[in-house]
Amino acid sequence: NLNVPKARNRKIQMGEFKVHRIRFFDYMPSAIRAMAFSTRTERLALARADGALEIFNFSDNYFQEKVLPGHDGRAVEALCWVGPRLFSAGLNGEITEYDLENLRPRYTVDAYGGPIWTIGVNSQGTLLAVGCEDGTVKMFEVLKERIQFQRNLDRQRGRIISLSWHPSGTLIAAGMMDMIRIFDAETGRATHRLVVDRGAGASKSKEVVVWSIAFLSDYTIISSDSAGKVQIWDGLNGTLIRTHLITKWDVLALSVSQDESSLVAGTSEGTVVQFQFLSSTVDRLDKDWVRTRTFKNHSHDVRALAHTETAVVSGGMDTQLVVRPLLDKVEKNTRESAIRKVSFPHRSLVCCAKKAGVLLFQFPDHLELWRLGESDGYGKPGGSLPVKRGPEKLIQLKRKGEDHICCSALSPCGGWLAYSTVTSFRLYRLLNGSISICKVSKLPKDLRPAHQLCFSTDSSKLFASSSNSSVVVVALNEPECKYLGTLKAKYGCRQPVHLLSASENGKWLATANTDCEVHVYNLDKLKLHCTVPVYGSCPTAMAIHPTTSNLVVVHADQQIFEYSLVKKEYTEWSRRLQKQGLHSLWLERDTPITHVTFNPKNPAHIIVQDLFMFCIIDKSLPLPEAKNVLYNQMTLRSLPEPDRVLHSHGFKICKDFQHLLCVSLLEDHSLVVVERPLLDIVSQLPAPVRQKKFAT
Amino acid sequence: MAALYAGYTLRGLAPAQNRPNSGIQGVEAERDSDHVVVTDSTRCVTLYKVSDQKPLSCWTVKQGHTLTGAAVYNARTQEYVAVSDRKVIRIWKEDDIILDKAFKATVSSDVWRVHCVAGGDPVVLFHRGAVRLLDSLLSAPQQPIEEVLSPEEAISWSTNIVTESQQFVIFTTEQKGDHFLYLQRLNPNSLQRYHLEREEPGLSPLSFSVSYRDKHIRLLYLYPNGHVYESVVSVRAPVPEEGAQALPLPRSLLLSLPVGEGLLQAASAQELDEAHVAVVGVPHPSAGSGKDFLCIWNTNFQTLQAGKEMAGKIYGQLWSFWNKLFIPHGKTFSVIPYDCPKSSLASALGKQRQVKKDESKAPTSVPSWNTLLHEEKAHPSRTAETRKTRTNRKSQSAQSLTNDQVLELIKTAPVEEVQREVQLLLSRTDTQDLQTSVGQLASTLASRSLNDPAFYTPSSLVQLVHTRYLCHSVCPDLVLLALERKDYFLCQLCLQFFPDIPEVVTCACLKVFISMSDVDAAKVNLEPDSVFFMEALIAQEHEAGLNGFSLADEEDRSDNLAEGGATAQRDNEKASAAEQMCPVGLHKAVLLNEILQTAYFDSFLLPHLKDLSSQDVVLFLQYLQFVYLKFSHDACKPTQGLRSPSLTQVMDWMGLLLDAHFTVLVMTPDVKDLLLNLHRFVKSQVRFVSELGKIEGSLQELDKMALKRDVGQYSIEIIELF
Repeated sequence: NLNVPKARNRKIQMGEFKVHRIRFFDYMPSAIRAMAFSTRTERLALARADGALEIFNFSDNYFQEKVLPGHDGRAVEALCWVGPRLFSAGLNGEITEYDLENLRPRYTVDAYGGPIWTIGVNSQGTLLAVGCEDGTVKMFEVLKERIQFQRNLDRQRGRIISLSWHPSGTLIAAGMMDMIRIFDAETGRATHRLVVDRGAGASKSKEVVVWSIAFLSDYTIISSDSAGKVQIWDGLNGTLIRTHLITKWDVLALSVSQDESSLVAGTSEGTVVQFQFLSSTVDRLDKDWVRTRTFKNHSHDVRALAHTETAVVSGGMDTQLVVRPLLDKVEKNTRESAIRKVSFPHRSLVCCAKKAGVLLFQFPDHLELWRLGESDGYGKPGGSLPVKRGPEKLIQLKRKGEDHICCSALSPCGGWLAYSTVTSFRLYRLLNGSISICKVSKLPKDLRPAHQLCFSTDSSKLFASSSNSSVVVVALNEPECKYLGTLKAKYGCRQPVHLLSASENGKWLATANTDCEVHVYNLDKLKLHCTVPVYGSCPTAMAIHPTTSNLVVVHADQQIFEYSLVKKEYTEWSRRLQKQGLHSLWLERDTPITHVTFNPKNPAHIIVQDLFMFCIIDKSLPLPEAKNVLYNQMTLRSLPEPDRVLHSHGFKICKDFQHLLCVSLLEDHSLVVVERPLLDIVSQLPAPVRQKKFAT
Repeated sequence: MAALYAGYTLRGLAPAQNRPNSGIQGVEAERDSDHVVVTDSTRCVTLYKVSDQKPLSCWTVKQGHTLTGAAVYNARTQEYVAVSDRKVIRIWKEDDIILDKAFKATVSSDVWRVHCVAGGDPVVLFHRGAVRLLDSLLSAPQQPIEEVLSPEEAISWSTNIVTESQQFVIFTTEQKGDHFLYLQRLNPNSLQRYHLEREEPGLSPLSFSVSYRDKHIRLLYLYPNGHVYESVVSVRAPVPEEGAQALPLPRSLLLSLPVGEGLLQAASAQELDEAHVAVVGVPHPSAGSGKDFLCIWNTNFQTLQAGKEMAGKIYGQLWSFWNKLFIPHGKTFSVIPYDCPKSSLASALGKQRQVKKDESKAPTSVPSWNTLLHEEKAHPSRTAETRKTRTNRKSQSAQSLTNDQVLELIKTAPVEEVQREVQLLLSRTDTQDLQTSVGQLASTLASRSLNDPAFYTPSSLVQLVHTRYLCHSVCPDLVLLALERKDYFLCQLCLQFFPDIPEVVTCACLKVFISMSDVDAAKVNLEPDSVFFMEALIAQEHEAGLNGFSLADEEDRSDNLAEGGATAQRDNEKASAAEQMCPVGLHKAVLLNEILQTAYFDSFLLPHLKDLSSQDVVLFLQYLQFVYLKFSHDACKPTQGLRSPSLTQVMDWMGLLLDAHFTVLVMTPDVKDLLLNLHRFVKSQVRFVSELGKIEGSLQELDKMALKRDVGQYSIEIIELF
């Protein structure tokens, strides 16, 4: 066979990569259960079915700032912001306040009323009301450090499914089975009983559930129920004003805009229906709630909704968070007017041991360790190689305890594995080519549960971020690990560290927290080396260059900075980039860069990755200008070799792989690409209540 | 939806059968929404309580006197003001019983009307255009009144409105078929004059109505051809100097009402609100051609919202006060309440006219340096301006003529000057304005050229066609004119750019083109792109031979496929050699291509095609066959980017020609070969396509296989980044 030697002799091109394309990471996001939007801080809190909480910063490109891992027993049914404080209530009957700085529950209070279906705070932020299974609405006083039970409102027969405070704080409307009750918040007496019609036909015998309710300042009550209705009531007289039948199934969620001129209702069909408070004729004062728009962005139940000033935020069973801008509120054809779907976390769940060729997949309740396959062939670009040895699942490690895994790391040599939950930290030694595992039992006391973990390149040290932006450094030795010290940022840093990056030479460690602060520590002295000037957007990924010791930071607004740790200033290239500005298409991408790495063979290369592409930034090439085509790989491929120079620019973007959860460069110069196609996720979802059929 | 409610009669009309007018001179609002003052055309003023349908008081002037202006009610002083015998102003109160005993004042000039609206002072408008406040006039009744209008100019309609800050008297005049709008501001006084654009010659507006909204005065006027225009004038427009030239008043067509047979005679349009117009004397679109209807139209959506048949003769009079329409018709004077709820739909759909847009539309008369420096000098002699001074001024100020002036010029000026002016006008005017003026220019040019054999301006016409604002219906003479003057370049452009050339004209072009001699055609200058395309097509015939892809092979095969086609090989070769040659010259082919690409409807085209002579048909068929063969060879696909006829167009024309002349062609012996060839070729094509159809399934399978590159759970791939 003459072909093989010929191919072997072919000079491997600079831009040619062998790619391990992996699709066996069965990451399955959990369904969205509840949402709360804080207009003051522009943060969206989102609760998933597994009890995990996520905080999105809507003012910073919808970046997923914080993730609070789930807990087995915690089923969050409702969320509520009280100023900057976040409370949840769930079917376990407890009210929980969260510590958003340490990403864990602060305390829980049992309401003693059975499962809690709903929670609401009055507009003054002084009283929390929860609706319980036993038919009581319980009031809790919000104190500085805790909440205290105050009293019960009149107990009703049947459970309280939903409730809403009147903005004045004097009345509460509560949705129940077959009816709505209005309570006087001061006396606790039920003043009105509004009977909600059951569905027609066969469902006549079935109780109707008032899933969601909203009490407006003009004493209008809006309710949505399991018979598919959105009803508008006069809250003062207790009369029904209007009924809108919007679906055959349940209307599960409601959300009203701040100015009470628009409301959205989410249905089991996956549609979100907007109503607006309009007058039928101009200049008339008699306004009415008119059904205006229908959005269909979900395949399954819309369980949670938030109506921000400019957009409708929805989420549900299909696990995606959708931000649908209202086109009458935003300027058309801008970044703000584009619909956004958040399907995957904005952080990496995959860790790649570059030297060993081993991958660590993090799931909420277990870890998986895989060894990559091998092939010995050579092939032309665009083709695939015969797989000589397939990938191999080495270990599946189940977590201990009820808390879900919040972070994990694998050492580059593949010899150490660490993970942490909010309550415990565990370190394992992997032996015999990662096949056998044993727990390191003697851990230093200072190694507490961490927000983020990272091993040094030589696998000799472990860095674990801890409270107040500090980082614990531990030397890894057998049989005992030794505490080396704690890296502390300046006084006053309270936000958790969400990014850790150690330099190849073991000299530097960079940390980034959600206050957008990036600190660099000198590991020899275990002291703060410098702080990168704070940029207004949160860092989403960063890494230190192995040879030049430049720190590359990418932010949620897609900006890229390169900071010289030696000179303590932005590098020449970074300044040039800022001066010229990034290409508009680059800035319009709607998923953050989640990983930065470098090409050891070419120090001018920076490899960055988001959900839909990875990009090799070649600093030696000119930056793309506004007139250049940003995604130019197809064009370049079609051009003859000499012409490519004319058309190429510094951003080599590969869109061959989609839904990328990890792109990493192994030591042997092959790329590891972990994909999780959305279709695979959708196929694991339960069947939707209604499927679109042709001509229906 | 707007609605008209059941009306009721306010009073009867004097039974004068063949009088053209209704006998009502004016209706004015009184103290509240339930009172109106009606002035009849002779001597009587009556105050009505509308809801009771009953007169409260009636005042009459003595026999021998007549009321010449409708009485108005001055709400401030609670007095009535009327004019009798053109010069006598009468003022009285409600409790005055005998009019002749009330206050009277005789003024020195004829009064047109007295106007008074709520919130404003009474104003007197004189026949010659002067305006006085009533109070100041009465302080010195015999004061001299200046003449504002020129001697031939006469007021046709007037009104008075009050804005937040100012009072306006608005009136329109007519002078030798031109209509002008005057906007007289009071306190401080200033006068603006606008020239209404001409509608079709001889048509004068039937009615005017004015409203004030968003700092703009909107004038709505109806022409006998059913067009309702709106013109917007900003109340804040800077005041030009006194006596300045009439500004052109831009207009927008709000509605084009159905007029039925003939023009409208007595009709009136009243603006009810920003979206609704009430029209009387116009036929209902779904009720024949009777013109005795009162309709409310929505101007945002151009829809008829309500209609009502009015019994009896319509006098073209219509007033509206406080949601009531007042209409004299037949022998009655009716009141019809209406309601126009403002729909949110228009604003939701973006149909509401936006204020901003209007603002830019409103004519602004910013004084330009040119005007200040040069116009002043030119001004005094404007009427008697000679062409010489005009050209002088133009060379001084580089200012070119307005649209109307150019139109005038075209009628008389020599060719060179017309060409120059048209070019200037086209280069100056922005595209928005062009749309309306290009059609006028072209038709004026064409009509002069048709009448005057010595006059022809090819370059101007080409420029006008190039603007792409022309179409055949705008200027129906143009194509025929071009044919007549043998301006084939213009013909080509028209065929290219006009989407609406009628089949008869297309055929006329075809006839001329096909019968033109190649020598003549070669002299014609044509659009280069189309020539390139044809050159390429003809050049390919040689290549085809070189590639060894000769038609003979094709025929051979087709014969074999046809099984038993025993035609002599020789004949085939001869025929195919002839087919390989383009039967017409290059330029002629280019022109024919244009014909092929025009739009047509076959049943309209067929009768005209029959007029072609059989030689022409044969030649055209040969040409079509040539193009068809060229296109069928895959080597000669229609070139991308260049305008070229498509294969289907060629096929369709071939079919049409054969349909039109089949019997003649079958009878003509020398066409037999051609027809046989065509038949054979088409048969082979059909066969080829059917063979393709057979393998379609397999091809689709291939397609599916290519897509189905499943990646699986794990693969190792090679990628290259450049």
